[in-house]
Amino acid sequence: MLLTIHELSVYYGAVQALRDVSFTVSEGEIVSLIGANGAGKSTTLRAISGVVRPSAGSIVHDGKPISGLPSHRIARLGIAHVPEGRGVFANMSVRENLEMGAYTRSSRKEVAESFERVFDLFPRLAERAGQLAGTLSGGEQQMLAIGRGLVQRPDLLLLDEPSMGLSPLLVSEIFRMIVEINRAGTTILLVEQNASMALSVADRAYVLETGEIALEGKASELREDPKVRAAYLGDLAE
Amino acid sequence: MYALIALGYTMVYGIVRLINFAHGDVFMVGAFLAFYAVEKFHLPLPAVFALAAGGAAFLAVVIDQVAYRPLRNAPKIAALITAIGVSLFLEYFTALHQVFGPNYYAFPRPFRVVSLEIGGITFTNIQGIILLATLVSLGALQYVVFRTKVGRGMRAVSHDYVTAGLMGVNANAVISFTFALGAALAGVGGVLYGIAYPQINTFMGVMPGLKAFTAAVLGGIGNIPGAVLGALIMGQSETMTTAYLSSTYRDGIAFVLLIAVLLWKPAGILGKSRTEKV
Repeated sequence: MLLTIHELSVYYGAVQALRDVSFTVSEGEIVSLIGANGAGKSTTLRAISGVVRPSAGSIVHDGKPISGLPSHRIARLGIAHVPEGRGVFANMSVRENLEMGAYTRSSRKEVAESFERVFDLFPRLAERAGQLAGTLSGGEQQMLAIGRGLVQRPDLLLLDEPSMGLSPLLVSEIFRMIVEINRAGTTILLVEQNASMALSVADRAYVLETGEIALEGKASELREDPKVRAAYLGDLAE
Repeated sequence: MYALIALGYTMVYGIVRLINFAHGDVFMVGAFLAFYAVEKFHLPLPAVFALAAGGAAFLAVVIDQVAYRPLRNAPKIAALITAIGVSLFLEYFTALHQVFGPNYYAFPRPFRVVSLEIGGITFTNIQGIILLATLVSLGALQYVVFRTKVGRGMRAVSHDYVTAGLMGVNANAVISFTFALGAALAGVGGVLYGIAYPQINTFMGVMPGLKAFTAAVLGGIGNIPGAVLGALIMGQSETMTTAYLSSTYRDGIAFVLLIAVLLWKPAGILGKSRTEKV
């Protein structure tokens, strides 16, 4: 198992955001967490990357417990988190943003390779390398955020709502890239409100409801599940 | 002179959005360290500067760790009040007889102050050194912030320290580095001040601290060249006031300048107005 989450609980003050959440991600998979707004999807990612401290439970990455470590240490262990809302550094250029992804990398050769790979995947970033990130469109910012994550050379890429605020055309483009990145060997944990897109690319998925795992299974099976269809895929026939 | 102190204010504000009111007192400690280095230990001048800069940097890092870090996620006003508290503590604690003492001390001049004249402008050699030190610091800081990895880290932490953490940036280390850098400049400023106005006491940081803060706001707080520009304007206006009106009005005019800038261009001369992040 690349990532094992066991009975994870997170509180924001007195409010419990996650309750005994357990799931696993194996190497090479795309695993998706779906659920409504406020179900705890982003909180789960934030707990994995160390932005929030879990109050109970364990997070084991590659055989090593990582829960409670500060986020800058976790980032060095091969987990890259592309946050919700992209989190690009608006007042830095596209290139400088990518260099932020390379912050922990020491091999210049590897970094140069990563840059090349990102520019291959997202040629538009290459065209705009010198432009300030704040002046990019929403789709380009998302590409930049994912590209920056790739420069970190993660074995596990955490993606939080990559479809947020994008046109349907761009959403399918981004998801095509996600599949391509996965095929090239990066395991992906994908959080999405757009359940139909998420289930179409994922191998397995977990459904979060008010901080707990309500359903889990193969993505192809969940897509046929009447409860999932009614609640998350907008199936009105139910 | 103000510029060296203003740079520290503006750097710390730029990264943690905190007006570090203790900054003027760090400047004072730098001057006292230099005083002891010269008076008691007869160290050579480069060693005096290194000791003042290093001691000030160390002190600032300790202040940040002890006083500000626990309040990093607290409301801004809590950190601001703490900063005022730290400032008062440093002033009165160091005024104790066991520490620096409450008196004025004559700062020994390590070299003679002479007047020079170049192209009709008369200035003393110490003024020349101060100007040179300011310009060198400005250039060095611009280089560090915009051309180096740690500078990129500083800008990332300033923009969004959570995301910076996700990139593997240790925000606390970067913030400590910023405090240290700003304080080192203030320490150097303290030595230069001691040489220029050869009398020091533990409250000597109050006025220059306030003026430097004003200069930083004038130029646009958070903006490094702005701090230097603001300081130059402050210095000029003070000199002019002393020359054409009376030195009694000097401090008053300086703060009138601050109020005027805040009324007409609240972000400062070189500052960009930034909307608060939601």
